[in-house]
Amino acid sequence: MGMIVQGATGDWEVVIGLEVHAQVTSNAKLFSGSATEYGAEPNSQVSFVDSAMPGMLPVINEKAVEQAVRTGLGLKAQINKYSVFDRKNYFYADLPQGYQISQYLQPVVGEGKITIDLADGESREIGITRLHLEQDAGKSLHDQHPNMTLVDLNRSGVALMEIVSEPDMRSPEEAAAYVKKLRSILRYLGTCDGNMEEGSMRADVNVSVRRPGDEFGTRCEMKNINSVRFMQQAIIYEANRQVDILEEGGSVDQETRLYDPVKGETRSMRSKEEAHDYRYFPDPDLLPLEFDDAFIDGIRVTLPELPDDKKARFVSELSLSPYDAGVLVAEKEVADYFEAVAEGRDAKLAANWVIGELFGNLNRTGKPLGESPVSAEGLGSLIDLIKDGTISNRIAKEVFEEMFDTGKNAADIVEEKGLKQVSDTGAIEAAIDEVIAANPDKVAEYKGGKDKLFGFFMGQVMKATQGKANPGVVTQILRPKLDD
Amino acid sequence: MSLDKATVAKVANLARIKVEEKDLEPMAAELNNILGWIEQLGEVDTETTMPMTSVADMKLRWRADEVTDGGYAEEVVANAPSSEDNFFAVPKVIE
Repeated sequence: MGMIVQGATGDWEVVIGLEVHAQVTSNAKLFSGSATEYGAEPNSQVSFVDSAMPGMLPVINEKAVEQAVRTGLGLKAQINKYSVFDRKNYFYADLPQGYQISQYLQPVVGEGKITIDLADGESREIGITRLHLEQDAGKSLHDQHPNMTLVDLNRSGVALMEIVSEPDMRSPEEAAAYVKKLRSILRYLGTCDGNMEEGSMRADVNVSVRRPGDEFGTRCEMKNINSVRFMQQAIIYEANRQVDILEEGGSVDQETRLYDPVKGETRSMRSKEEAHDYRYFPDPDLLPLEFDDAFIDGIRVTLPELPDDKKARFVSELSLSPYDAGVLVAEKEVADYFEAVAEGRDAKLAANWVIGELFGNLNRTGKPLGESPVSAEGLGSLIDLIKDGTISNRIAKEVFEEMFDTGKNAADIVEEKGLKQVSDTGAIEAAIDEVIAANPDKVAEYKGGKDKLFGFFMGQVMKATQGKANPGVVTQILRPKLDD
Repeated sequence: MSLDKATVAKVANLARIKVEEKDLEPMAAELNNILGWIEQLGEVDTETTMPMTSVADMKLRWRADEVTDGGYAEEVVANAPSSEDNFFAVPKVIE
């Protein structure tokens, strides 16, 4: 569903396009041999190439090329065997070269697509315009010194993929679903860690409004948004701002705006407009980037199963609901865990345990899956105990909590606490007889037609056996005794 | 193609080169001379000529993804007019 802004003069439709900057996962930078690790000491991961000392020349990192192609294949995009690096010229303190090496007219990856999953269970296809490789800039710190700006070039020259979408999104929810899906695909591919807090993924958001079905309106760009929540807030604010201008008879200026999450508003960065005359030209220090089909095919054969394919397989082969499958495939780590649990077991039951108990306990303790005290094998063996009738589903939940809190294995806990399900008909029959003898009034009511009391008797028997009686066996024995 | 005074002033500003007002007009004339000279290339028929990307007959060289450089912050900031704790220190940039 598209977002409609209801103005005084009628409805307005919101149109959104995104440029996502994703940091390429690699050891060294795009054109130099310095390290890319996050959080190092200032300027400790800087070579004379990155600091643009005179005479230093860029040499491309093969891994960055490979990662860009890999991502292109994951986005089902056209791969360009011939692409060109250009200089994008602008002046800023954290850009020592005075230009960014980027790709302009001939990017390494062309048109592709991403399927986004929406809350109502619908899917939509969003077009990818292109993906190109470029250098990141350094980092300016404006608040560390009273009258100076401090510049750290550790990030300068790190390889980025700029992934540009078509203006295909129509609501903040669709934009959020796009970023989440893109992040998931990049993480499956291992081409970007998707860490938005550390700035490994940031988005420039283009927003315009129009009468439904009309031509596109004039857009504004909000730069460098590093949270999905802020992005949605920025879109809502910006769409309403533009509608207000248009309804008062004004026109929207095409400009770059800054989203301020504290004030919850966007404001003009008009002062920097002139800097946007980038004067692109081919970088004379770099020959065109060329590779052959064998290079592409060599990468293609190492592609993992991607989230959409995995989801389809979980639905068709494991009979999971599309919703459960979607939850399980969003993170590769979760999908791998689930598959290890489901291997050779009831997949539906495995899914319920992972999504219900495991996620519940991880949330409760604030632990990521990687730190789960219960391994996939551990959860699997618990499910085996349910399946072979050793413990009931209800007891299993107790056992799981104990496993989660103590790290012990299921069989030991069941043994230690004597939680084995009682299927011994003699013991169960004795318990049933006691319950019936203790509640003559309820028995009379039941026989008088109050069928619902059956649940009460079940409950009493389970209580008398500390929940260990096999509910199937109890029902089998209890019903004829009451109906007698 | 012809440059006017205003365009020269804009390009000078983008390139962060200070050009005095009195020098703008002569510089526009000089640049127009250069552009006119280069435009003569347009007379050559290049219909069947492949674009040349380099004068050397070679391919782009690739590098292995290994950390082989960096780790000398003091040297990186050694020539900076001002630095603080191995950061470059520049006049405050007002956002």
